[in-house]
Amino acid sequence: MQLDYFILIDRIVDLNVGNKTIVVEAQVPTTHTIFEGHFPGFPIMPGVLLTEAMAQSSGWLLLGVNKFERMPFLAMVKEAKMRGFVSPGQLLTIEAKLEHEGSGFAVTSAKVRVGKELKCSSEITFRLVPFPDPAFRGHMDAMARKIGFPLQAMGHD
Amino acid sequence: MSSTFEQIANIIAETCDIPRDTIKPESHAIDDLGIDSLDFLDIAFAIDKAFGIKMPLEKWTQEVNDGKATTEQYFVLKNLADRIDELVAAKNAGAGTGTGS
Repeated sequence: MQLDYFILIDRIVDLNVGNKTIVVEAQVPTTHTIFEGHFPGFPIMPGVLLTEAMAQSSGWLLLGVNKFERMPFLAMVKEAKMRGFVSPGQLLTIEAKLEHEGSGFAVTSAKVRVGKELKCSSEITFRLVPFPDPAFRGHMDAMARKIGFPLQAMGHD
Repeated sequence: MSSTFEQIANIIAETCDIPRDTIKPESHAIDDLGIDSLDFLDIAFAIDKAFGIKMPLEKWTQEVNDGKATTEQYFVLKNLADRIDELVAAKNAGAGTGTGS
């Protein structure tokens, strides 16, 4: 997790394009300025960042399903539930599932766990938009390699 | 009244918090009901789920942008109901052939 760069996930553990599911891991840093304010003496991960982690995990799933033909952009978050505190240093396991692929949009469900404990969940809608420029697509390719995205799911050799 | 229209109207009322009695077959989803593109995504999701179809929103939008169709053909609710009925019929016809695609 590189909070300063808004990269909320570290690695893809499993991407199953057939089942349209993904499992991702994210290590919450032990220290960060965010925890100095949220909250003094009681550091916890902000719910909006956990929601973003679910969105990013879902986004990688959608890139896998559509073979990087379109970029998913966050459009809607529903039923975001923060069920328990997430503390600095904890390892998150994030699961996402494609619930519906519409025309130009997709809906996922996502869950964050620490160990077996469910910490948060949400239903997330994305617009699926052609990459605005090749450089953006190149950036996502590079990022995909960094986080262990299965190359065969990237739509090219 | 078309049961398809009733279903659509109920979905719109629930999704967009629009009083059900203001939603008429002649209502234009955008011009009369003020539904924006984000709310329409939500409506499309609900309609896709309810009817087991995938509304070709991008194709429709392209046709409107290209001047090959008007927004009324797709976004006046009685017409939208007709489009949905066509999609459901096409799906059922496809299932009936046994080809599955």
